[in-house]
Amino acid sequence: MTSYPNAAQLAEAVEGFLREEVMPALEGRLHFQALVAANVMAILGRELADGPALQAAHTEGLAALGITDDAALVDAIRTGDMDGRIGELLAALRPSVEAAVMIANPKHLR
Amino acid sequence: MVLAGSLADVVGSALGCRVEICDLVRLSGGASRETWSFDAAHDGVVEELILRRGPDALGDTIGPTMLLEAACMREAARVGVPMPDVLAAAADSAELGAPYVVMRRIAGETIARKILRDDAYADVRPQLAAQCGEILGNLHQMDPAALPQMSDGYALDALRAVLTDSGVLSPMLELAMRWLEQHRPPPTRTTVVHGDFRNGNLVVGPDGVRAVLDWELVHLGDPMEDLGWLCTRAWRFGGAPPVGGFGEYDDLVAAYEKRSGVAVDRDVLRWWELLGTVKWGVICVVQANRHLVGGQRSVELAAIGRRVCEQEYDCLNLLEELT
Repeated sequence: MTSYPNAAQLAEAVEGFLREEVMPALEGRLHFQALVAANVMAILGRELADGPALQAAHTEGLAALGITDDAALVDAIRTGDMDGRIGELLAALRPSVEAAVMIANPKHLR
Repeated sequence: MVLAGSLADVVGSALGCRVEICDLVRLSGGASRETWSFDAAHDGVVEELILRRGPDALGDTIGPTMLLEAACMREAARVGVPMPDVLAAAADSAELGAPYVVMRRIAGETIARKILRDDAYADVRPQLAAQCGEILGNLHQMDPAALPQMSDGYALDALRAVLTDSGVLSPMLELAMRWLEQHRPPPTRTTVVHGDFRNGNLVVGPDGVRAVLDWELVHLGDPMEDLGWLCTRAWRFGGAPPVGGFGEYDDLVAAYEKRSGVAVDRDVLRWWELLGTVKWGVICVVQANRHLVGGQRSVELAAIGRRVCEQEYDCLNLLEELT
């Protein structure tokens, strides 16, 4: 079975089409929607490349806290089990939060 | 166009003469309200106007808030907030197919990136933080008795409930909410709160802020909410200074204190800045769900969902600073 171009390459092709051909032909609301769609295609491309690393970073961060998954962590935060461990929590969450921003909007990182 | 015909009736009866509607264009932006720009011509005069119209499907819930918006705009003008005149408003869908407000169009820029970067605004940019402080000092003197019943704002408990109902798990937003809950400052005062005072809702000209738009989130609450919201990173649009990407805390606070006569506690301001960051994160989830489960298909709404992680990142940095 041949899957060529791959998914990231297809996303990149659609992004280029939206930016170079669709956007110049539109104005107003539709121009803006096409820009949003092009940005979404760029997110898809980055997620296809970096998504697995993001997931790994998050799992590792949770494991460092002795927590199995997000639901358990949310529960622990709400019940106060993590009170007093805020510095440790922030350090554990930073890699996955940064990785998610890197995929969604790298310009937001500083 | 059907809308133009109905608009001619609405504007004609507001102005007391027959008008012709031209250049009716739907503007971009505004995910929960339609905004239209148009001109109404009569007797050799051209009135430049704006229509804000709620989606018909939400008529029953949006109708009363349209009247509230109109009342707020009139009361805000009375206390010295720069405002467009309101010509007409309705809570039902009889005239224009949805509840609406018609107001005068104020020339100026609302697009944050232009206000923050274009040369035309270079001279006024350093004054905007102080202008916002003055305007908020006035705005918080609005008389609630002049307005219809207002809903409560998104308090912390409400935000958590909305996030829980969404089905989205965010340990980072939960952690921020936990910290906010445990460090909640006592209320400073209770006033009318605009609820969405920020870049995008301010019409700015080379001389400064000309109008404050978009009163759909107005409520009674702690006025520090408006100052904190203006400072959240999401509304800086890439600008470095903390107040709206254009100014410093000192300028905003000094002007606000002078106009309102009320001292601002910087720690309280930062608490509200963090709350604003969490709130925008939760709103991003809600917007994405309008597309995913709410039946309002929109790539724009879907994309807003991916901004949740930006708020998580900003919460993380703020919490590191505050703890």
